[in-house]
Parts: sequence; C-alpha cells; structure tokens
Amino acid sequence: MAEEKTETGARSRPEDRAAPGKGTGHPIGRMFLIGSIASAIGVAGVLLIDWFPVQASAGAEDVDLLYDVTLIVAIPIFVLVMAVAIYSVVRFRARPGDMRDGAPIHGNARLEVVWVAIPAVIVCGLAAYAWVVLDEIEAREPDSLQVSVRAQQFAWSFQYPQPGGRPVESEELVLPAGRQVNFTINAVDVIHSMWIPAFRIKQDAVPGIQTETRAVPIRAGRYDVICTELCGAGHSTMRQNVRVLPPSEFDRWLAGQRGAAGASGGAAARTETGAQTGARTPLQVGAQG
Amino acid sequence: MTTVGRFRAPGWWRALLYMPIGVALSLGLVVGTRALIGKPEIFDGAAITTVALFIVPFAFLIGIGCFDYWFRWASGAPTVPEDHSGHGADSWRDYFRVNTDHKVIGIQYICTTFVFFILGGLMAMLIRMELLAPGRQLVDPNTYNSLFSVHASLMIFLFIIPVFAGIANYVIPLMIGAPDMAFPRLNALSFWLLPVAGVMMLASYLAPGGAFATGWTAYAPLSTEMPLGQNFFTIAVQFAGASSIATALNFLVTIITMRAPGMTFFRMPLLVWANFSTSLLVVIATPFIAGSQFMVLLDRAIGADFFNPGGNGDVLMYQHIFWFYSHPAVYIMMLPGFGIVSEVVTANARKPIFGYRMMAFSLLAIVVLGFTVWAHHMFVSGMFSWLRIPMMITTLLIAVPTGIKIFSWLATLWRGVIHLTTPMLFALGFITMFTLGGISGIMLGMIPVVIHVSDSYFVVAHIHYVLFGGSVFTIFAGIYFWFPKMTGRMYDETLGKLHFWLSFVFFNLTFGPMHLVGIDGMPRRVADYADQFATLNAIISVSSFLFGLSFLIFLYNMIASWRFGPAAEANPWRAKTLEWQVTSPPPRFNFDEIPTIVGGPYEYGVPGAVHGVFREKSKAVPVGASAGMRGE
Repeated sequence: MAEEKTETGARSRPEDRAAPGKGTGHPIGRMFLIGSIASAIGVAGVLLIDWFPVQASAGAEDVDLLYDVTLIVAIPIFVLVMAVAIYSVVRFRARPGDMRDGAPIHGNARLEVVWVAIPAVIVCGLAAYAWVVLDEIEAREPDSLQVSVRAQQFAWSFQYPQPGGRPVESEELVLPAGRQVNFTINAVDVIHSMWIPAFRIKQDAVPGIQTETRAVPIRAGRYDVICTELCGAGHSTMRQNVRVLPPSEFDRWLAGQRGAAGASGGAAARTETGAQTGARTPLQVGAQG
Repeated sequence: MTTVGRFRAPGWWRALLYMPIGVALSLGLVVGTRALIGKPEIFDGAAITTVALFIVPFAFLIGIGCFDYWFRWASGAPTVPEDHSGHGADSWRDYFRVNTDHKVIGIQYICTTFVFFILGGLMAMLIRMELLAPGRQLVDPNTYNSLFSVHASLMIFLFIIPVFAGIANYVIPLMIGAPDMAFPRLNALSFWLLPVAGVMMLASYLAPGGAFATGWTAYAPLSTEMPLGQNFFTIAVQFAGASSIATALNFLVTIITMRAPGMTFFRMPLLVWANFSTSLLVVIATPFIAGSQFMVLLDRAIGADFFNPGGNGDVLMYQHIFWFYSHPAVYIMMLPGFGIVSEVVTANARKPIFGYRMMAFSLLAIVVLGFTVWAHHMFVSGMFSWLRIPMMITTLLIAVPTGIKIFSWLATLWRGVIHLTTPMLFALGFITMFTLGGISGIMLGMIPVVIHVSDSYFVVAHIHYVLFGGSVFTIFAGIYFWFPKMTGRMYDETLGKLHFWLSFVFFNLTFGPMHLVGIDGMPRRVADYADQFATLNAIISVSSFLFGLSFLIFLYNMIASWRFGPAAEANPWRAKTLEWQVTSPPPRFNFDEIPTIVGGPYEYGVPGAVHGVFREKSKAVPVGASAGMRGE
C-alpha cells in the first residue's frame, strides 16, 4: 500500500530528493497519513483476531485487555518502522549506474532525544499498567477455596483440605464458580508447570518448595490443565481437565467425594470420578533407560 | 613423510593415535580409582564415558597440534622460531590443520558452524514432520525431546554464537588495521574446541538411553536424573564455552591494543564496537553457564546434591545461575548482528550511519542492562515474587537502546542512495522482523501476559523472530557482504535475492502462526498436541519445509560462486572501512603498508573525507576515495 502511494516519488528526478515531493504534500506528511491508515487497519485486524481461549476466570479479561492495549501501542511503532523502510527503499533507491552518495547527515541530537524519550515513556507506562493488573489478578480474597496440587511424572492430582478431617483426594480438578481458588502447588519428582489457559494462570510446580497461584473461575465448563515445563518423555501427555461447577453442584460433588472416601476408601472414589467424568487418563510413560 | 614421522608430527594422524590412548587412559583412571576406593563394580561404563568425554578431546587437541608450541615453551625446549609458517592457506588442506592466520580461522569457523547449522536445521525438519498432525508421526516422545534439545543446542552453541566469532575473526583485524589477532595460537585453539563440542553433542545419540532430552535449558532436577546422554551436553557446553571465552578475550585485547595509529575508539567501525561489547558479555557471563553445568555434572556423577531438594539442594538456584548467562547470551547472539547491519546499511545507503555515538553507547547500555533482566525467564518459576517487578521494568527498558538502533538505521536510509543488494535486503529484513521480535519481547516482559504465554508456542515464535529473523538474517547479510572479500569471488546476486525473498516469506509463514497457537494454549516442547491446533500446525510444518528448501539456494550459491564465481574487485561496495582498501582476498599479513586513520569510518558524501591513509603514500592517495564516489 505504501509502495503504490509513493511510486511517483521514486520516479521523480534526483534533484528533487532533498526537496519535498511536488504536488503530493510533504513526504513526512504523506507517510504520516499512510501510516495512520495502516495502523488503523493493523489495529482493527489484530483486535478482530480471536487470540485468546475462552475467558473463564475473573482475571482473564484484565490480562486480555493488557495484551490488546500493548498491541494497540505496538502496531503504530511497527507500522512506522515498515513505512520508513519501504518509503526510503522506494523513494531513495539508486537507479542502475547511480554512483552518487547520499546526504552526509551524521545525526540530529533533537531527534535522538525524541526517540529515546518517547519509547522510555511508553515502556514505563506499560510497566506501570502491567504492575496494576498483576496486583489485581493476584489479590487475595477472603474465604478462598484452598486446593493443593501435586504434580508428578506425568499426572496431576488434587487435594481439598477439610476442616477437622482428612483432605478429599481427587484426580480431577473440580472448582466452584464465583469463588476464589488458592492453589498451593508442589512436585514430587521434577519441575512441572500448571497452566490453565482459560484462567490465564500458570505456575511452576517445584520439588522441595511450595508455590502458589490463584484465580476466580467465573464460567461453568470444562477447561484444559496442561503441563508446560518439560518434565520427561511423557510431558506432552500431561494434560487433564478442570471442571467448573455452580457452587451448589460443587458442594454436592465435594460431599459425595467425602462420603465415597469415607465409605470405600480413596481408590474407589478415584476410579469412580475418573469413570464418570471421562477425565483423560494420563499415559504413563516411564523415563526410559 | 615416514610412517613414524607421520604419527609424531602435529596433525590428523597423531590425533587419531592419541584419541585411543585417551580412551585407554580414561578406562585406567576409572577402573584404578574404583579399585582403590573399593567399589564392588570396578568397571562402570557410564563413569568411563564421562571421564573420556574430558580426556579424549584433549588427546585430539594435543594430537592435532594446538598445544605444541606452548608445551615446548613451558618445558624449556627450543621452540620453533616464529616464521609464520602457520599463516595463510595455499590449498584446501591448510583449512584442515591448526592454522594461526585469522583469515583462515575465520573461514574455518564459518564453514564448520554452517555444517552444524545444516544438521540443526535437519533436526528442525524432523521436529516439524512429527508436528505435522496430532498423534505420533515419526518418532517416540523421548526421541522427539532429544531432537529439539540437540537442535537448540547446536543452533545456539555451535552456530549463532561461533559464526559471529568467525565473521569477526576474519573482518575485525582488517577493520582496525592489524596484521592478525593478538593471540593467534589461542585463536586456533578456540576454533578447534568447536568441532569437539559439536561432535560431542551429536555423539550423544549413541549413548544408551538416547541423546540429551531436557531442552537446551537442561533444568535441574530433570537433567540430573536423565540417562548418560545428558553428560554429553554438560561437557560439550564446557568446550563450547571455553572456545567463546578464549575468543572474546582475544577480541578484547586485539581491539584495545592493536588498532592502527589514529584509530580512536570513536573512529572504530560499529562492527568493532559490537564485538567489543559482545566480548565483554562473553567473558563476564559465560563462566556462569560453565558453573551451572559443572554443578549438574557433579550432581550426576558424585551425588553432590546442589539441585536435589531431598539433599538440601536448591532447585531454583540452577535457573538463576543458568539465566544469568543465558539472558546475556541472547545479546551475545544479537550484538554482532547489530554491527553487521550497521556496516551493510551505511555502505548500501551511501550515507554516514545516523547518530554514530548513540549507536556505540546503546551497545554498551545493552551490555549493562543485559545483566539486570535474567529473572524475566523465571516469572512463573516460584522464585521470590518481589523480584519480578524490577526485572519487568529493566526488561522493558532494554527496548529503549534497542529502539535507538532501529531508528538510527531507518534514519540512515533516509535521503540515502539505496542499493538493494542481497546483504542490504537481509539487513532490511532484519530491521523489520527484529522489530516484531522486539514487540513480542515487550509482551513477554509484562508479567500478567507472560504468566499466560510463558513456555507456550508464543515463546517459540518470539525466539525464532529474534534469533532467525534477527540473528540469522544478519549472518546471511554478513556472509553475502564479505563473501567477495573472503573468497575473492562474487556471489550470484539473482540467486541471493531469490534466497532472501523465499526466506522472508516462509520465515513469516513458519513462525508467525506460532504466536497464535501459543496464546491459544499450545505448550512448547510437546511431541503431541490437542486437535484444535491441527490446522495451524500443518500450515507451520509445510511452510517450514519450504523454508528449509530455500536454504539450498544459499548453499548452492556459496559453493558454486566460491568455485566458479567471477573475480571480485577489492571494493565492490565502495565502502570506506579498511578491509575494503586491500585486495580480495587480502594479502597474507593483511596490509603491505600500515594504515593511519585520519577520520571516521562512514564519511559517505562528505567531500574530501577519508577514513585512513597508507603510510608510504600518505598525502597522495586518500584511502577509500575511489573515482566513482567523488567524481560528480
């Protein structure tokens, strides 16, 4: 697009190089116009792309907005780079046999200050915004549900601590909608990383220490829980589900788990939940050799 | 030469003799030690292999002759008088021996590293074949993990880092008016360490349990638990790292002490500045990865428990030490490319580089800031959480000096007389693609975003935008740009342009869609993926095959032109820096007359300006003042 607009400029006589293009306005003005249009198209384009998985947590919207804002800031910068590069190539390109040199410009202090200052302000603004979002998505709410996550090669398991009783064990992650969940994560063998893309959260599970992350699920449904830290031969099979239920159903599920555990032991409960939910059974691939 | 003489003189025969001796020595050492300390199993294959991985390379290096001079000197034996017989290459055989000529070493470096680039590229093709569709196509998961691990390790440690050292090795002494590097024998050793490291990484495929499969990052405790192949990585990194450090020291001393009279720091070409900055990074940072890998090795070999949580080890410490090298390593892989692009852009736009001093200072700013951002690789690692905020701010601030460079190159184009040669096309491709990589880098610096996309395909897209669209494009630009100087022949411009356009298009089709699958939830380093990503992955794979094929054009162009290309002029680009003022290829000791520097390196369009004059003809013929430039 930029090429077509400036084609006449490229064909203009070399003496015109220093002077603004005739009749079509100042080259920088034209580039600004073309750049603005291209930026607008670019911004519209990337906003139309459905980048993200479904927003299933309260923080997801904030994260997506931060991403979109960054793109909106970044696209005009990219367009500026492309526009200057393409414009220069088209307009200042040497014809065959042209042995002259360009204008001996060594620099321009004012311009250099500008392109130090503006990016510095932009990135500081983005950093501040990101900090605010981070504080928001990591804010601890009272009365959060506690879930312990245990990672091992190559499966996740989950524990729901019960006041005054044994924790409920589950191979499936089931959560209530509308209440903050506080995950405490740990690994038994090597480093894993729990990623729930629909919640926009990820946290490494590290052997020897306990890590934490939290999210507020807001939509009932079934979402992926993926391991994103290379953990051995079975790493790509370490994918399970999280099931988000309305609070009342969640309470029923938890009570059922408690009952099942009390009645017939954890193993039976596990088989039962596995069967009824169709949770993906992780393929056990031993570290070979 | 007699048979005995053949095995006594430095060279391949002696190396072939010494290597089995090295194996026997390792065996004796391990068996002897184990017998001495009373181990029940005296013969331990893994231990012997590990010790041999240290001893055999030294047997090879000693055999081929890297240490002859030093050994004689250290033992007080009469040394061979320095007659520079090791300099230069009269036949292809001279490239296969220990040679102390920086120009020969530069070409040795470049050819060797491109061999590893091809091998690493073939692994990338296998990776994409496996990912062509969900489910298993080609290899089992463990082999898949080893493929991307060896791919990344070869590309980083055996291609990008050393190929820049190779280009700089050839060009920098010429650019600063020096007859060679400061330490020619160390330079030769630096080169010969490289094939050792590369062959060791490849040889890990022969180890029981397969090649190392923990990624190039080799996070503990996975790396401390994997089979023997992992040792090939930890030890190969020592050799590659030693090579890097030795070369960097050599560059620092050469640049500081061997500049031609009159070449002040601010008259140095920007490629020299770039390699000066890179070398600072290398000597300060590389010991950290050496340390991290030694600790992994000690954990594996003798149960040192540095990273074993059960033994009071600290798992996260590995990542801190590793990234304290590996983030600066990103700039080690980028700054020399910045230098190449500065040279290519200024010569092909026929204009002085815009804001020369800011270009130099921004390199130093990146060196300093580069050491303050390592933990942005660890935002979800579980490290102490307050560190994330300062690391986010410094990470984003690096965009400022990088931006200075991008804008200055663009301003250099403005009102120039632009020649769209192949190196210039690659430089322009670099400027635009690196900007995209920088933008995704900003996103990866912002904690809430990176919590979502870290360790996803978004990161894979980002590193390939900065390392392929960034570094490798500048490598191509540099190879095309100095090809006439190195070989004395001209490459085929049409094939070069075809190579650029195919690379540019398929590069974007390969790595662009990876941003999308990454944000949408596809983790990296997986042999299999959810069905929802099938379409985009098929597109990525097919593009990557075509991308791989486009490299064959480059390969053909280089080989055919080196052999049959038309003779190159001394200065085909009418550039002003010193290397273009001598013949192509340059005389054996670079300058028959020592140049004196009287001005800046990029005085295009300034009437009467010169960069250097040669002593004998001082006032008569200004260097770089070819007729075409001043004749208008």
